[in-house]
Amino acid sequence: MTSLPAPTPKKLGLVIDLDTCVGCHACAVACKEWNDGGDFGPLPDADPYGAQPRGVWFNRVHSYAVEPGIGLAPGIGNRESGIAGAKDNASSPRAAASPIPDSPFPIPGLTVHFPRSCLHCETPACVTVCPTGASYKRAEDGIVLVDADKCIGCQLCAWACPYGAREFSVQKGTMQKCTLCVDRIYNETLDEADRQPACVLACPTRARHFGDLGDADSPVSQLVAERGGHALMPEFGYRPVNRYLPPRPRRDASTAQPAAPREETLDREKLPGVLRWLDRVLSR
Amino acid sequence: MPHAHLNLNRPTGDEVKTTTCYMCACRCGIRVHLKDGRVRYIDGNPRHPVNQGVICAKGSAGIMQHYSPARLSKPLLRVGERGEGRFREIEWDEALALAAQWLGDIRARNPDELAFFTGRDQSQALTGWWAQQFGTVNYAAHGGFCSVNMAAAGLYTLGGSFWEFGEPDWQDTKYLMLWGVAEDHDSNPIKLGLGQLKARGAKIVAVNPVRTGYGAIADEWVPINPGTDGLLAGALIHELLRCDRVDLDYLVRYTNAHHLVIQAPGEADDGLVACDAEGHPLCAAHARRPGDGRGDEDGSPCDDDYCIVDATAIDIAPRIVGEVTLPDGRRAVPAFQLFAERFMANAYAPDTVAPTCGVPAETIRRLARELADTAFEQAITLEQPWTDAWGREHATMTGRPVAMHAMRGISAHANGFHTCRTLHLLQMLLGAIDTPGSFRYQPPFPKAVPPPNRPGKARKDNGTLDAGPLGFVHTPADLVVDAHGQPRRIDKAFSWQHPFAAHGMLQNVIANAVAGDPYRIDTLFLFMANMGWNSAMNTSATRDMLRARDPASGEYTIPHIIYADAYDSETVAFADLVLPDTTYLERHDCISLLDRPISDADGAGDAIRRPVVPPDADGSGRDVRPFQDVLLELGARLKLPGLVDADGAPLYRDYADYIVRHERAPGVGLLAGWRGEDGGEAGIGAPNPQQLARYVEHDCHWHHAVPAAGRYYKMANRDYLDWAKGLGFIGTTQPIVLQFYAESLQRFRLAAQGHGAQQPPAAERARVARYFDPLPFWYGADDVGASASSSGTPSPPNPPLEGEGSKARPSALGAQSYPLAAITQRPMFMYHAWGSQNRWLRQIATRNYLYLHPDTAAAHGVADEDWIWLASPRGRIRVQARLHTGTAPGTVWTWNAIGKRKGAWKLAADAPENADGFLLNHLIDESLRARDGRAGYANADPVTGQAAWFDLRVRIERDAQPRLTGHRIEMNETPA
Repeated sequence: MTSLPAPTPKKLGLVIDLDTCVGCHACAVACKEWNDGGDFGPLPDADPYGAQPRGVWFNRVHSYAVEPGIGLAPGIGNRESGIAGAKDNASSPRAAASPIPDSPFPIPGLTVHFPRSCLHCETPACVTVCPTGASYKRAEDGIVLVDADKCIGCQLCAWACPYGAREFSVQKGTMQKCTLCVDRIYNETLDEADRQPACVLACPTRARHFGDLGDADSPVSQLVAERGGHALMPEFGYRPVNRYLPPRPRRDASTAQPAAPREETLDREKLPGVLRWLDRVLSR
Repeated sequence: MPHAHLNLNRPTGDEVKTTTCYMCACRCGIRVHLKDGRVRYIDGNPRHPVNQGVICAKGSAGIMQHYSPARLSKPLLRVGERGEGRFREIEWDEALALAAQWLGDIRARNPDELAFFTGRDQSQALTGWWAQQFGTVNYAAHGGFCSVNMAAAGLYTLGGSFWEFGEPDWQDTKYLMLWGVAEDHDSNPIKLGLGQLKARGAKIVAVNPVRTGYGAIADEWVPINPGTDGLLAGALIHELLRCDRVDLDYLVRYTNAHHLVIQAPGEADDGLVACDAEGHPLCAAHARRPGDGRGDEDGSPCDDDYCIVDATAIDIAPRIVGEVTLPDGRRAVPAFQLFAERFMANAYAPDTVAPTCGVPAETIRRLARELADTAFEQAITLEQPWTDAWGREHATMTGRPVAMHAMRGISAHANGFHTCRTLHLLQMLLGAIDTPGSFRYQPPFPKAVPPPNRPGKARKDNGTLDAGPLGFVHTPADLVVDAHGQPRRIDKAFSWQHPFAAHGMLQNVIANAVAGDPYRIDTLFLFMANMGWNSAMNTSATRDMLRARDPASGEYTIPHIIYADAYDSETVAFADLVLPDTTYLERHDCISLLDRPISDADGAGDAIRRPVVPPDADGSGRDVRPFQDVLLELGARLKLPGLVDADGAPLYRDYADYIVRHERAPGVGLLAGWRGEDGGEAGIGAPNPQQLARYVEHDCHWHHAVPAAGRYYKMANRDYLDWAKGLGFIGTTQPIVLQFYAESLQRFRLAAQGHGAQQPPAAERARVARYFDPLPFWYGADDVGASASSSGTPSPPNPPLEGEGSKARPSALGAQSYPLAAITQRPMFMYHAWGSQNRWLRQIATRNYLYLHPDTAAAHGVADEDWIWLASPRGRIRVQARLHTGTAPGTVWTWNAIGKRKGAWKLAADAPENADGFLLNHLIDESLRARDGRAGYANADPVTGQAAWFDLRVRIERDAQPRLTGHRIEMNETPA
C-alpha cells in the first residue's frame, strides 16, 4: 500500500562477519543506548526490574550450535531475549536455518552467533504493506525507516517482515526499527570517524562493517566478494542489502594435512632417554 | 508523501567528558556524553590504547548502572537481625564516628582483629597501604578466588604472568592456544586481538570443556575434562621432547634449565642449585677443544669433556644433560635433565593421558606437531637491531609465533599453580616467551623472579606493618606464621598450608573467623566483595555464618561487619554498618602501576577516573561518598601514621589529593605520568600539583612507549632493562632469569624434610613436601583432598605419575558418587559485572540454566528443559537443564552469578533471577572435609591458596515432576 522508490543506486547496509562474531552483545547494547536517547527513541522497556523485562531493541544477537550430520542443535540461546513475548522464536530452526548456507568446507561442530537487525531490503514487504505510508525506503540511500507521526501501530509490517526486524512499542503505540543510525552517519556534529552506526563502532572484534553495497568498489562490497558474503534467506525475494560473511573453514582434525609422523632424530637404542642431548652444543 | 523532517545533525549532548570505564576489569577509555546534566551516551574512546574506540555490552549499559534503582543512597545502621535487611538511615558523621570507634578500639588492642578485604576494587594501591598503616595482617582483595594461580605461577616462573601482566603478540602470532579462557578475561583487548588474528588467518585453538564465546570462533575446539589441562600440556611437552623439537638455545640463554641441581637425597642442599663461592649458579659446559673457541681457560675444574663454570657467563656451551661431580665431590645434574626424565616418562605419553583428559592421543600428537612447526618452521625475523643484557648486539629479532593465553579454567583448580607452570615451561621449550609472535610481557613486567616485596608481618612501634600485607614469600622465613608454625592470618595465607598465597584467601575469611580458627576477629570490613552471595563458596552456609551467634555470649560471632558498596547487593543485608559508595562516574579512581596497570606489551600505562557527574545530579538526593575518600577520612580519624601530620590534622583532603601528593618512595606515587613540579618527568619525579589536570587533558590516561629496540626479549634486553630501571620498575638491569627450575619451591620441600631454621609443623610436612616440587607435575583434585583431610597419613612426597600403572583418574568413590564435573563462566555481557540487575543486560538473560551435552542428558534420562537436582556432598539445588552440544560430555556448566537472592538488587520478588536462576556456589565447599565431615584445609591450591571452585563434582538426581518450575536449595547439615 506504500510504494517503493525507484531502485536506489546507493544501498547503505551492514556486513556482519559470522566468522569473527563472539556473541558478546556489544552491538545490541550500543544500539539500544544510542537510539534510546536519540531522535528515534526512546526504546521503551516494560517491567525492567520485574518478572518479564522486555523492551524494544533494534538489534539482537542469537546463538546456535551447529553439528555435523545433525544440523541445528540447541544453542545456549538466551531465548528470553527473543522478540517480544515470542519466547522460543529466536531458536526455532526456521528462524536460524540460514545463517550458515551449505558450506563447501567441512564444518565441524560450530557455535554460531548471529546478530539480527533490519536488512534494509531493496524490495521490503514491510514498506509495501504499510497502510499509512509510515514505513518508507529512502530514495537517497535505501535506508528503511518508520515515520512515527504516521504510524498507527497496526503491526502489519511486523507480520510482513520474515526477519523479525521490527519491534512494536506498546508504550509508544508505534513500530520501531533499525535506522542504520541515520542520525549518526550524516551527522556533521560528530567527528568524521564517528559517522558510523553505533553497533559498528562498538563491535570489539570489528566483525561489523558499514558501507555502500550498491557500489561494487566499496570496501564492504569487496569484502563480500572476497569472503562469499550472502544475503539472509534470499528465497523470500525481498532482496536484503545487508550481508553475512560465513564462518571460514576451520583448521582442525578434519582438515589437518596428514603429516608423516616425525620420528625421533636420535637413536634411543644407542643413548638411553635424556642422554640423547649430551653432545648437543648450545650457545649461551 | 512527505515524511517528518529528520534532523540528521543533532549534537549528541552538550558536553563530552572522557574517563575510564568500570563495568569490568578492562579499564577501557570512554567518552561520556552529557545532556542537561544527565548522561546521554557512553561510547568507547578511539584515542585510548586499551579499547581503541570499541565498547562492550556492559560498557554501553553503564548508563543504566549509573542510574540503577539499586544504588544505595545513605549510610545505614542495622536495626533488625543480621540478614533481615532492616536499617536506619544515619548521617555520615555518625557512621564515620561509629566505624572509627570500632576500629580505634581494635587498633589499640590488636590490629589483627580487623579483617579488611576488598573485592574487585582496582584501588589496592590505596587499600593495601591503608591496611599497612592500620597494622593488620588481615588484608587482601579478591585474587584468592580469581587468578592467584596465574599470577603466582607466572611471577615465580617468568616474572610476569598470563592475564594482567602479559598478552599474546596479537600483531604477529600465527598460532594462539587459549587454555581455559571462558567468555571473559579479558573483554575488549582480547576481542580486538582475536579480531586481528581472524583477519590475518592465524589459527586459534580453544582448550575448554565448553565451546562458546571465544571458543566459538576458534579453528579448533579441544573439549577437555576440567582440571586435566596440566596433563595435556605435559603430553605436549612429552611429544616435543620425544621428537627433539625444542629450542634448547633459548633455554640456556634465558632460563636456568642448564643450572646444576645438587643430587644429595636427605641432605640440606638436595635439589638446590649448585653455586660457586660468590654465589653464582654453576653449569657444566662443553670443554674447549683446540681451535673450537669454546670452553674455559681460567682454571675452572674441567673433565675431559666439560668444565664446571658460572652458569650466567656468556659465550659458553652449557650442557643440559649429564651428571657431573662438583669440585667438592657432590653430584649434580642439569635441571633440564630432571625435567626431561619426568616428562618423557610414560605417565605423560599421549596414549596414557588421553583417557583422563578426554582428548584423543592423535589430537595431542598433532597439536604438538603444529606447535613445533609454527615455532620453528614458520619462525619470523624482525629487522630490529637490539642489544642483549650482556652487551652483545644483534641485527634482528627471532620470533616463535606461538602464543598462549590462559585463565580461569587453569586457575580455579587445586592443581592450577603447577598446571600454569607446566604451560610456562611448554612456552619456554618453544622459545616463545617475549619473542615476536609469542606471549609478551606488559611493563612494568618482567620483574625479578619472584618479585622482591615480602608480605608484612612485624609491627613497628607506631603500630604500622613493616611492609604491605601482601607480597611474595621467598623462603620459609618469610611466612606469616607464629612461633609454632601456625597461621597468623585469619585466611591462613602465607602459612605452611598455603605458602605462596600472594593474593590472600578472601574465600576462607568468614568460615575461619566464625570457627575461631586460627582466632576470632572483631570487625569484618568489606568493600565491593559480595560475600553474602556469589563471591562466597558454600553460600548458604556462609550466610548462616554471617549471622551465627556465640553460644556463650549470645553476641554475633563476628561482632561487627562494615560493608561499603554502591549497590544493594546480597551482602548489604548482613552488615551492621553500610557505607554507600558512588557510581564510577561520580568519583576519582586511580589505575596505578603500583596495582593493576593498563599497560600493553609496547608501553607502560596508567589511568584515572574522574567525576563526570555529581552524585545528586539526577535529583535523587543520594548522600553517598567515594569509598576512597571515606577510607582516608577514617584513617585520619584514627590518626593513622601517614594519614595525619604531626599535629594530628588530616594529610589529604580527599583521594584526588592523595593520588597527586602521596609518595610511596621518593618520587614514586600512584600515577607515573606528568610527574615533577613542571610535569616533565615520567615514572619518577616530585609530585605535580597539576597532574590530574594533565591526565584529564590526555583522556584520563598515560601511555609511555617502550623503545623499539626494547620491545622483545625484555627479560634480557638492555634497551628494555635500562628503560624500565629509569622508570623505577626494576632495581637493576641484570637479566631476569626465567625459572625453568623453581628453586624457591625446593626450599620449602627441604624445610618439610627437616632442614633449616623454619620447618613446618609435623602435620603439614608431607603436604608441603609433596606440592613444593621445583618442577611442575600433574595431580588430580582427589589427590589434594586425600592429603588434606587425613594429614596423619601422608601421601608420598613424590610426583604421582612416575611409572606404569598409576594412571591418574578420579577415585572410584568420587567417580561413582559424583561423576560429573561442574564449572561456571560469566557471559560476556555480564563479565565481571558487579550487579547484573542492569535493566538492559538482564533483558539478554534474566536467569541461567544448567547446560549439558545431549549424551550426558540421555544417560541420565534428562530431557531439554527438565528441572533436575544437582547434588554435591554439600547439598543439592533444583535447576533447569538445557541441552548443549558445545559442552564436553562429562561436564555440566552454567552462567555464574545471574541467579540472585530474593530481596537484593531492587529486583521484583518474582524476578527470574530469584525464582528460576541459581548459584552453583551452594554446592562448592570452602573446605576439604574428612570422612566425618570436619573441615580440614581450604578447598584450594596447596601452593597458592587459590580457591578450587572448578574442582566441583556433582551428580544429577531426577525430579518426580520435571516440568514443575522453580529453583530450590536443600543443604545437608554442615558438621560443626
